Amino acid sequence: MQQKDYASQIHRCFRCGYCKFPTDYSSFNCPSYRRFRFDSYSTGGRLWLIYAWLKGEIEWSEHFAEILYACTTCKNCTEQCPMKFAPDIVDWIVGARNDMVEKGKIPARVARFFEAVYGYGNPFKQLRSDRAAWANGTKKYTAGDEYLLYVGCLGSYDENGQKIARCMVDILNASGLSFGILGEEEECCGNEIYMLGETGLFENLAEKNTLKFKELGVSKVITLCPHGYNAMKNTYPASDGKFEVYHYTQILNDLIKKNKIKPRQAEVRITYQDPCFLGRYNNIYDEPRQILQSIPGIELKEMERNRQDAFCCGGGSGNFVNDLLAGSVDSPARIRAREAYETGAAILAVACPSCLTMLTDAVKAEDLDDRLAVKDISQILQEFLPVK
Amino acid sequence: MSDVYEALQEIVGKDYVSNQIEECYFYGRDPGLMPPHEPDYVVMPKTTEEVQDIVKLANREKVPITPKGAGLALTGLVIPQRGGILLDMKRMDEILEVNEKARYVIVEGGTTHAALMSYLIKHYPHLRHSVPDSPPIATVVANAVIHGKGRLTQQRGFNSDLVSGLEVVLPTGEICRIGSCAVSQYWFSKGPPLPDLSGLFLGWFGTTGIITKLGMKLYPCKKIRDVMLFLTDKAELVPEVIRKLTHTEMFEDIVITASPIPLRFKGNFYILVFMTADSDEELEFKKKMAWDALWVYFESRDGGFVSITPDMKPPFLAMPSKDTTRFADVSKGGGFEYGGPVTPIDNFPILIKKLEEKAEAYKLFYASIARVIDGGHSMGFYFSYTFNRANPDEMKRAKKALHEAAEFALEEGGVIWKPNINEQQMIMERIDPNTLKLMTSIKQLLDPNGIMNPGNWEAK
Repeated sequence: MQQKDYASQIHRCFRCGYCKFPTDYSSFNCPSYRRFRFDSYSTGGRLWLIYAWLKGEIEWSEHFAEILYACTTCKNCTEQCPMKFAPDIVDWIVGARNDMVEKGKIPARVARFFEAVYGYGNPFKQLRSDRAAWANGTKKYTAGDEYLLYVGCLGSYDENGQKIARCMVDILNASGLSFGILGEEEECCGNEIYMLGETGLFENLAEKNTLKFKELGVSKVITLCPHGYNAMKNTYPASDGKFEVYHYTQILNDLIKKNKIKPRQAEVRITYQDPCFLGRYNNIYDEPRQILQSIPGIELKEMERNRQDAFCCGGGSGNFVNDLLAGSVDSPARIRAREAYETGAAILAVACPSCLTMLTDAVKAEDLDDRLAVKDISQILQEFLPVK
Repeated sequence: MSDVYEALQEIVGKDYVSNQIEECYFYGRDPGLMPPHEPDYVVMPKTTEEVQDIVKLANREKVPITPKGAGLALTGLVIPQRGGILLDMKRMDEILEVNEKARYVIVEGGTTHAALMSYLIKHYPHLRHSVPDSPPIATVVANAVIHGKGRLTQQRGFNSDLVSGLEVVLPTGEICRIGSCAVSQYWFSKGPPLPDLSGLFLGWFGTTGIITKLGMKLYPCKKIRDVMLFLTDKAELVPEVIRKLTHTEMFEDIVITASPIPLRFKGNFYILVFMTADSDEELEFKKKMAWDALWVYFESRDGGFVSITPDMKPPFLAMPSKDTTRFADVSKGGGFEYGGPVTPIDNFPILIKKLEEKAEAYKLFYASIARVIDGGHSMGFYFSYTFNRANPDEMKRAKKALHEAAEFALEEGGVIWKPNINEQQMIMERIDPNTLKLMTSIKQLLDPNGIMNPGNWEAK
């Protein structure tokens, strides 16, 4: 974690602008720069403004905070920056947010996000007792189950996320995998809280989850959401997390390879959106594609920007709730919806409940919903499983 | 002033105007060493008509306008010295037309070099343009306006030489076309056979108008690119090496680099010879020509070609060159500035000596890159010093070193490239008085209210 060092390092950004592009320079790949187009909203702009704030050359303002929080932490900048410090950039931004949180200077929407998670255990201010309302009798995790299916806040409360959760339960049941859920006992994973700079709350959530897993003897966790996967895989170990974590696409791909799931014939062109926390953060590019390609008759047509160059849907860093990049035809999700449509695909596949929500809304806003369906890979797979 | 803000919102829409501290702070400086000065408004037009309306407004209100690409000249050329409107041109980013047979492209005023390169690779892989080493966000127009250089400069001249037509919003708000496009639908020439009026806008740093469209010549893109590396530790041999190489008329680009770090580089001069070919035979022939041209130095043990393994080549061949940008972090401080003269190649030994001398005197890291221009008629020699932005003393030293190096280069007959406002004054003090009078008259004629990027090319 380079967060604490950010103040002594952040001046190293030359604001060269490589961070704005994908590898082939064909367009702008920084979601907030693409949305707002002022250089201040690019990574270079953000780092220079943070440095100015640290030096006292600018005062904190709501606008400054919005610039800082409009970053979706998608890591395109890290991928493209030519400097040696590239791997630290997101940590620097998170570090600055952490300072802002400590000083109590954050945008109102971000403050509400924290309050909701603090008070309700989820960013939607939904009741904890409703956390398993989606589950419809799904078995709770008990000692001896091989996997814990961790559904997260979106899987628990968001309409689209719940669909993914139900599909996953059905598929895993059909495969014979031994698993259970936490139900009302599940806590927010904390990934967004971490990215938004509320380290204290994040540590608290991580600790609660880790303790719960320990108490129940959980040794393998499947997450629905790449954000949760990232937190547990890369950030929890600092909180003494001792369990294996899998994103559900890894598990499904494995089940397909072992012939425990055998999709039937389909005739459809599909394109795929790489979620940032699965792709750029965790280098999981192949498994989701392999699942799609395992369905006979599916044509996978890539969007021009894919894999490490995929364009973020704009939902990262809590923006699936805070939505600081919304309100324009240049909002990242709407741009991405248009790109998906240009492939001629009938389905835009995602592997993330946040992407599912962002892109479903975007497809509607673009008036493409009768021509382009947004579906999670679990939904697609379930659709093409043999009918019992 | 709030009227101006509202009027600007009216012209471009409220999402594309800012008078907020954050935008004004960022756009009030560049990554170089010139002192900041903030604009009052940052505006991002999308169309020529919007630019026109902004210029008319600025004239009415007597508000300065500074048009900006990416601000990567590093010499403060788009720091709005007297505030006013900072025009970020990067929303005007369409590639409007490629004429495949006449080999030119028409781009809007904020199109980046990288976007053009990417577009050509995808749609016209047999065509290319002269890609500069600056980061990908550098715009085609701004690069031409500062007489930038690129990968084809050795063969074809400055990137401004490759311009094939302009659409300009004059400082008084009229739209004016320059070159063949003024009388024809074709953008094949910026001047001939007409009087070449492009000189009224190229090299003027936006003080005479705002370029909203630009035609740029394209050239064949061969199937293979390769690079050879000639090494010598004798600066005095470099001009003759270049003469011999350019005599062959074989090479895409010739660049001379020198840097004290890593230590093994110290005291050596690396001459990168880039070449292109459509077949292995053609490539081998060109390599043989390079060997033959410089064999004499191998025999005398004054220099020789260094083997470059295939894994070493991609950074050399990358366009744009990420290594150039990486130099900014040598001092782990996010800063470097490079300046220097366009000058005869014979001056290489004295310039490199001066570069090292100033680096030692001011305790700075240096690097030098010299690029051969137009078959050897001149070279661009860059004094490059890094600095740590968190170290004001080092920044002061780098500034002094650059200033003194620029003075020296001028004394030795060079002409400073992309000069900052202080260097512009140094040039204007030395320039032929009638030339200065002509420049001043042209500016006054075109920009009667003095609103265009004031402070630049302004005779005291």
